[in-house]
Amino acid sequence: MSDQDKKPFDFMGLRKAASILSISLLVISIALLAVRGLNLGMDFTGGTSVELEYAQAPSLDEVRATLEKSGFDNFVVQNFGSDTTVLIRLAEAGNNQLAERVTDALKAGGDKLDLISSEFIGSQVGEQLKEDSGLGLLLALAVVLIYVGMRFQFKFGIASVLPLAHDVIIVLGVFALFQWTFDLTVLAALLAIIGYSLNDTIIVADRIRENFRKMRVGSAWDIINVSVHQTIGRTINTSGTTLMVLFALYLFGGEAINNFALALIIGIVVGTYSSIYVAANLLMVFRVSREDMLLPVKEGAAGEEEEEPPEWLNRM
Amino acid sequence: MLNKYPLWKNLVILIALVIGIIYALPNLFPDDYAIQITGARSSTEVNAGVLDRAVEALKAEGIEVKDSTLQERDALIRQTSSDAQLKARPTVQRALGDQYLVALNMAPSTPDWLRSLGAGPMKLGLDLRGGVHFLLEVDMDTAVSQRLDALSGEIKRQLRDDRIRYRGGDVQGDRNIVLSFRDEQSRAEAFDLIKGQYNQFLLDQKRDGDEYQLILALTEKEVKSIRDYALEQNLTTIRNRVNELGVAEPLVQRQGADRIIVELPGVQDTAQAKRVLGATANLEFRLEARPDAPAGETEEFGFRDNPQRTARLQRDVIVTGNNVSNAQQAFDQNGQPQVNITLDSVGGDLMNRATRNAVGRRMAVLFIEYRTETETKMVDGEQKTVDKRVVDKGIISLATIQSALGSSFRITGLDSIPEASELALLLRAGALAAPMYFVQERTIGPSLGQQNIDAGVASAGLGFLLVLIYMAAYYRVFGLIANVALTLNLVLLIACMSILSATLTLPGIAGIVLTVGMAVDANVLIFERIREELKAGAPPQLAINSGYSRAFVSIFDANVTTLLVAVILFAMGSGPVKGFAVTLSIGILTSMFSGLMISRAIVNLVYGGRRIEKLSIGGKLANV
Repeated sequence: MSDQDKKPFDFMGLRKAASILSISLLVISIALLAVRGLNLGMDFTGGTSVELEYAQAPSLDEVRATLEKSGFDNFVVQNFGSDTTVLIRLAEAGNNQLAERVTDALKAGGDKLDLISSEFIGSQVGEQLKEDSGLGLLLALAVVLIYVGMRFQFKFGIASVLPLAHDVIIVLGVFALFQWTFDLTVLAALLAIIGYSLNDTIIVADRIRENFRKMRVGSAWDIINVSVHQTIGRTINTSGTTLMVLFALYLFGGEAINNFALALIIGIVVGTYSSIYVAANLLMVFRVSREDMLLPVKEGAAGEEEEEPPEWLNRM
Repeated sequence: MLNKYPLWKNLVILIALVIGIIYALPNLFPDDYAIQITGARSSTEVNAGVLDRAVEALKAEGIEVKDSTLQERDALIRQTSSDAQLKARPTVQRALGDQYLVALNMAPSTPDWLRSLGAGPMKLGLDLRGGVHFLLEVDMDTAVSQRLDALSGEIKRQLRDDRIRYRGGDVQGDRNIVLSFRDEQSRAEAFDLIKGQYNQFLLDQKRDGDEYQLILALTEKEVKSIRDYALEQNLTTIRNRVNELGVAEPLVQRQGADRIIVELPGVQDTAQAKRVLGATANLEFRLEARPDAPAGETEEFGFRDNPQRTARLQRDVIVTGNNVSNAQQAFDQNGQPQVNITLDSVGGDLMNRATRNAVGRRMAVLFIEYRTETETKMVDGEQKTVDKRVVDKGIISLATIQSALGSSFRITGLDSIPEASELALLLRAGALAAPMYFVQERTIGPSLGQQNIDAGVASAGLGFLLVLIYMAAYYRVFGLIANVALTLNLVLLIACMSILSATLTLPGIAGIVLTVGMAVDANVLIFERIREELKAGAPPQLAINSGYSRAFVSIFDANVTTLLVAVILFAMGSGPVKGFAVTLSIGILTSMFSGLMISRAIVNLVYGGRRIEKLSIGGKLANV
């Protein structure tokens, strides 16, 4: 990997292929979201869920039959984690006594079981959460756009925010495709992905800016290529360590954060790709030029080449 | 000299680390499961004899006792597991009887010297220790209309006292009271009276046929203050009730304009908790209507135990449960349960005034309960469930007034001892200013809690280990330095969370794990820079220096943006998301400190201030 004196790999040579890939992934994701939609978790829809631990693995059909006989309708019964653990979800969101009634009904069936957890979410809470979440995501993107626009330049701002939207939409698309439950933890994961992918994009953008100022010759193409090449080691290392940790979380973190870890794993893979191909690609599309990189006059002579780290850091 | 920290800077880092280690340390001593014994009344003393009896009872049941201590006003018995704790409570309660309260508790096991420094372990969230979480919504419309009803009653009494003849006086719409008068003069008198004493109304005059109307509209400001008051009052009441339940470290918190969060760690009997918390029960004391009373001034209610039997009561309420200052369950001479009630001075006054002239008449105690019912309706061919809020009002006692009542009296006619004691508890804890409804509820069993902790610790440990191995293999000595910084980062993160007494939840653990993954980023960025500098031919010392300073800008930008996202996450998120956001934010700050300062300090100690030919940082050119 430390062959940076060699001719850099022609990252941007693949930009056409990458563009096609990104655009088709986006189109497919949006189509999936429109057609299949997300399998929204109870956090958003409201409802009741009961998690029970049986002494012996029960037959799910029997559990269903018992519940039907007891007068419940509109419910889902599934194994959760192990075959002795049963998760029952009811769509009804208006009654907070359901969890107890379900447990009682099943206990009356003669099975030995313990209540592990139960949850009731009123419909009004779910509705509100849906609104707040969408708002939160948009707010996060807007704040990022403003910050990057200020710290770098407007073109960079757009070129950092669009990849984030790209990542979020693709992760949502995957969740729609497999109909994995989209709950509050997945939403948190999406926001973490925004943070992470942004991190990646900024590191690349930072290097591109530095190289534009440093390298007197070379086209935008070359400079972006070199910049991506210079940061690829860091990108792979950081993504690699983060992914290792996430796989540990996915495999051993327990059922409750499975989807959270899954969303992050997909998001980090997509985010790493997008910080190279989408962000850099967009900079090409926007025809980023050396002039864009000149520092504002107020920071001293216009010819000043490199942004120096703050003075207090040098003293460290 | 290049790459040499001045002494003070090393000292600052060292002090930060020492503080970090001290405050992170208590987390190695997790809280013990315990039960706490207190006297039911303040006069009841908890002494060694009581403690011995409790311990004996536990031993007889085969429940292990880890430790038992007598404290100033209470006694603490520690158990080894949550299971034992749950079994121990009813056992001890049975052994000691009603004079003592036995509550679940978490007893700190932090050594004294640490505690004297104010250090304590992180609190565990409900998902890690089991318990119940409720979200309650206060019914603000009812709060406003109840207040309006009360005001209308007060104003009418005033008018009667001042001998101003009026008609109506009922509440109209959601914030108006309409009074009618026969002539303009009495309206003018009423106008002056109300204007002088009730500034929460906007007054409007209208003529309707031969009636002169006075319309009182609540001001916007008053509506807002009623809402605020209702929420505050409900918060207080819920706190009192939670205390009566005997739960360790409960959380009662306002959320938004009209919601209250209640978290009760360790509680397993959700039914009881819900009944007591959500009991929107209130009492109203009303006189039975005279047979000749106009229908408009009376209301008919059924009896609570026998809805077929009804009685006609006056619309005017003498006092409500809000005026009760104390209530105790007791027995009457026949051994039937009763509740002894003491009213506050305002309530006593009102009661006295109303009953003075009503000796021989009967007074009813009306029990009021609010609950939610679900209705399934067909809307456009689709089944929809609609929440409906229902008010149940039933008479619990109707007794003849023997003599004018004062501020203390008793209520009989209760079915059972539990009902009497629950009513006493509710009256004592204070009534809710407005009814509340459960809009969210989560119960986590204790076994799931332990499972979550194990899973969280296992995955965090494994992830951490993998990262350490990877860094050491890839960056050699620098990797090891990064690993030390990373470990200290974890210590600092835990210390910060303990100092802020943040609550650790499962998503919080995920946040820590993620921070570990991302905290290497700063180091990776710096080391890659150093390698580049070395390749460009820079001497080692210079490479280190410019590696750190050049990577700074990228690290700073990247972290600030992530921090912004974390803050948004915190602001908009609820429960689990908040926990994640808190750990993520703190993690970003500590990892910047550890990545930039701690790792630099160690690098300086190892390499700084002397001639070196090579750096052990991996990669071909710079390899040792």
